Order: sequence, then C-alpha cells, then structure tokens
Amino acid sequence: MSNKSYINRPNRPLQIYAILFLVFLYAPVMFLPLFSFNDSIYVRFPLNEFTFKWYGELFHREPVWNALMNSVKVGVATAICATGLGVFAAKAITRYRMPGKAPMVGFVMLPLVVPVIIFGVALLVLLSQLGIPLSLYTVTIGHMIICLPFSIATLLPRFEGFDGSIEEASADLGENAWWTFWRVTFPMVFPGILASLLLTFTISFDEFIMAFFLTGTEPTLPMYIWGQLRFPQEFPSILALASMIIAASFVIVFLGQWVNRDAAFAAAKKGD
Amino acid sequence: MSEQAFISIQNVDKYFGKFQAIDDVSIDIGHGEFFSLLGSSGCGKTTLLRMLAGFENPTNGEIYIDGQPMSSVPPHRRPVNMVFQSYAIFPHLNVRDNIAYGLRKQKLSKAKRYEMVDEMLNLIALPEYGDRKANELSGGQRQRIALARALILKPKVLLLDEPLGALDKQLREQMQLELRALQRQVGITFVFVTHDQEEALTLSDRIAVMSEGRVLQLDTPSGLYERPRSREVASFIGTMNFFDAKVREAKGPDLVVEAEGLGTVRGNSGDRHFAEGDTVQVAIRPEKFQLSEAKPNGGDPANAVQGKVGNAAYLGERSHFFVEVAGGGKPIAVSAQNKGVKSSSDDTAEDVWLSWTDESVVVLATD
Repeated sequence: MSNKSYINRPNRPLQIYAILFLVFLYAPVMFLPLFSFNDSIYVRFPLNEFTFKWYGELFHREPVWNALMNSVKVGVATAICATGLGVFAAKAITRYRMPGKAPMVGFVMLPLVVPVIIFGVALLVLLSQLGIPLSLYTVTIGHMIICLPFSIATLLPRFEGFDGSIEEASADLGENAWWTFWRVTFPMVFPGILASLLLTFTISFDEFIMAFFLTGTEPTLPMYIWGQLRFPQEFPSILALASMIIAASFVIVFLGQWVNRDAAFAAAKKGD
Repeated sequence: MSEQAFISIQNVDKYFGKFQAIDDVSIDIGHGEFFSLLGSSGCGKTTLLRMLAGFENPTNGEIYIDGQPMSSVPPHRRPVNMVFQSYAIFPHLNVRDNIAYGLRKQKLSKAKRYEMVDEMLNLIALPEYGDRKANELSGGQRQRIALARALILKPKVLLLDEPLGALDKQLREQMQLELRALQRQVGITFVFVTHDQEEALTLSDRIAVMSEGRVLQLDTPSGLYERPRSREVASFIGTMNFFDAKVREAKGPDLVVEAEGLGTVRGNSGDRHFAEGDTVQVAIRPEKFQLSEAKPNGGDPANAVQGKVGNAAYLGERSHFFVEVAGGGKPIAVSAQNKGVKSSSDDTAEDVWLSWTDESVVVLATD
C-alpha cells in the first residue's frame, strides 16, 4: 500500500500552478538586478557587456547616501516606536478583559486595509493645520500608523502562545507587574519583538506614499529614487541601488521569520 | 472571625458580569490544616482559590489571612504561594532558576541561593536536576518543581489548584502520599482544590463541598461520607442508595419512617427537623447492607428485607450487587467484601436478605 495519504498525495497541476505563481510574482523583480549589471543606460534587450560600474558610481553619489541615512533613521525610529506600542497593544489584547475590545482591535488594525494615500492626505492636512513643519519626524509618525498593525499581528501569536498563568506565577512568587514583564513576558516574546522590529523597519524603509506627502526638505530613499527617474543617465545606478535594497529586504524578512519560527508551535503546545 | 482561624473567608460574593461565581461563602481555615475545596467543574472552587491568591477580588465580603484583610493587597504582596494546575514552570529558565525565582528580593548571595535550591531539590527528591531545562521534565517532575518553587519562599499558606489532575493514576496516588507527608513536614496551611472526591477524602483534614458557588457542607472526610447533610453531597461523595420515605414518628432527631422498598426504618436526622407525616429521603451506603441467604437477625423482620440479585459485578476484593426488592423503585446497590472464595455459579439470580443497622441510616430532606 502507498504510504502517502489522500491529503499529501502529490498533485501535478497544483505544483505547476505554484511554480507559475512564483515566476509571475518574482520575474519582474528579477529584471532590476539583471539590468543593473548591464553596460548600457537604456533598459532594453539585447543586453550589452556585464559591468559593476553602476554599483561603483553609486558609491560616489553623496545624495544617495544622505537619502539612505534618512531612510535608516526613519526606519529605526519607526521600528522601535511601532514595536514598543505593539507590545503594549498585544499584551492588552491577549491578557485583559475590557469592554469594547473587539471594535478597539479592529480600529487599531484598520490601517492594514485603509489606502495609505488617505492616511497620507489626512495627516498632511492635520499637520499643516497644527502648523507643524514637514520633516523626517512627520514621516516617522506616518510610518508608525502603517507599521503598528503589522507589529501587533506579529506579536499576537507570541502572546497567545504562552500560558497566562506563567505571568500569574511570577506575581504569585512576589514580582510586581514591571518585574514580571522584565523577567518573564519579555524573554518569552523576545523572538516576536525581534521579528516585529525587522518587519516594521523593512516596511518603513520601502514606504513611498506616506513619505511623498509628509517629507520635508530631506528625502527618504524611495523619494530620492522617484526623483531620479526623470534623468535617464541616472537610471542604471538606481537599478543597482534597488537591487541592493531587494537583497537586504529579503535577508531581513527571512531573518525575522526565522527568529519567530516557533511561534505557531508555541501556540499549539500551549495545552501541555 | 474566630480566634484560631488562620484564613477567614467572610461572606464573599463574586460576580463575573451578571454571572455569580461565588454566593455568600464563609469559611474558616485553621493553621497547619490541609483543607480541600471539592466540587465539579464550574462550582467556584478555583475562583475561590484565585481570590485567596489575589488574582480575583471579591465583589462583596472580605478575606483575612493571618488576621490581615486582603482585598487591597496585590498578589505579589500576599503571604501565599500557589501551585498552578498547569504548573506554570518558566520555560526559559532551568530548574534551579525556576525554584530560585522568588528569591530575588531577599538579596542573598549566589552561594546561599544555590544552597537553598539544593535543599529544596532534596526535599522533592530531585537532586542533580538543577541544570535541567524545563522542557526536559516529566509531568510529575514539573509538579514537584512547582511545589519547590512555592515552598522555598516559606509561605504561610500554600494554594494548590488541582495539582495532581494531569498525572496518571499510579503517579497521582504516589504524589498524594508525598504531598500529605510534605504538608506534615513543613507544617504550613494547604488549601487544595480538586474535583476528585477520593483524593479529597485521602488528603484532607477538612473538606468544603461546593456547588454553584455555594458551600454545601464543610466537614471532615468521615463526616461527609457518613453524615452527609443533603442529597447532593451524599451522591457526590461515593455511592448512595436513596429511598423515598414518610415520617411516622418523630422524637427530636430520632425518627421512625416508612421507606419504599425497605419498610419500617429507624434513623437519625442530625440537626434537620422533621415532623410526623413529612416526606423525607432515607440514604444508606452500599457497604452498610449485610447480604445473607438465610433470614437475618434471628428471624426478626425489623431492619431486613428480601430481594432478588439482579446484576452483579466482581471487582476482585469486593463485589457489587444490584438487589431488586418488592415495592422499591431502583435496584439497591450493595457492596460486599469477597471474604470467601467465589465460584462463578454464585452469579445467578437468587433470593437474598438485606439487613442494616439503625446507625447506618441517614435521613435527608427531599430535594
């Protein structure tokens, strides 16, 4: 008898579908690195010589590095703030009985589905009414709104995955809320916090629409790239830059998934 | 509050929204007592325990521990420690750090802390386990570590929330004995929550039987078993035969009643008062019946009735019979020790006599 059960029998059409899916998803993206090594300022076939010169050129352009540093600053600030708020939210959602919890959670998660452009316009109107000048700080505020639901969604399984009586045990053994968080909750959810930091950093780093509305005089990297698209001679080095960002994003997201890999199992093991 | 009471629960109510989990409960627990809260799931026993630990606050009433009112004292300041049903071992710490968890505030030297932990590991018979990880432990070991983690702080009261529920039968019986021995050794008050009546009877000095948030009866194990005060308690603890009956004569607590299937029965109603003509319930434990082939009591028809053995179950050391009697409803459960050697031919339906003593009769109110 076959040792494959009905449910894990290989399914040829589905496998083909899966491969096609991945090809359509990633093939366009792969054109960026492809043309970034091409010795021509025009993005078209046939390809010319293989070259590193666009990458080399990138290193001598001051504004690129300024924009990169701006994005890193915004990304780090966003990641820390959004994850910090996310920890409190996830703890409250999983641990406390409170009236109107379900609508509140829905409200916090709303930025996942509301178009970013609406938040961008709304924030711009609000900030200009308050007379606050646009700067990297305003971009960070916008990014926190986008990133908070992602942070909460990453952290929730971590909090749900461990038995609440562990925190009660800590209180019972004489530790107050702060020490209980520090000695028990934090180490237990730490992989989730790390994953949330990496994810929210990546989202902020790549974000364009919010930055478009809220950037002052200092552009973030996506804003800078957008600005350079008008100049054909700059385009290949933008491709080189984009390729590097893609590679870095992949690494960061996979790292985040990897450190948080046992969250699903932790939830399943809760019973024992 | 009485003088001796170490824990005093006074007129405590607890509501979760509109649901009343605890309904006017008052219990006094003495120092060094092994006290059990017994009841089926949802009866409020765990809620009561969590109120002692401070995880829930009473809606009304007050809890005193060692004379101090507890309602404004948070869990981490209470002189109690708890063994959780899930044990709640910290999974990111090893055994030693788990046991030493509560010692942080005492600002001890590392050597002193390790010494105390080793002492505890010896007490729970798990020496050399200090460096093990929490997930390398069996259920019984986790249970002992949860116990050690609580006891190392020398609490005035140890709270135990069904700590033996997750263990298999053999280990559970062993842990029951160890727990009782430990309690005598350390001499602190144990408050033990369980749904297992046998466990409660084995371990406890006194037991509060709970149902729907109320205490039905608070008594010693033998008091609960021999003198249940209500049908609910009588049927929750062990097996009980009930007979509908009518009071014929009442002289204080001494009653003569006419019971369906048993005829005239003499019994004692304790502090429950019945008058002539009241309908009551007569309750007799299965093992209190004497089973005989010949007419017992030298032919005296009092306290004896004839019946036919229906179903029988052979359980090794004892047998259970279901005896059908004329005029009775349900067959009467009878439990007899197998003193003689049993042969299989005894199982056939036959005429038998059941007899009982006046002392074994409990008279209860009808529900």
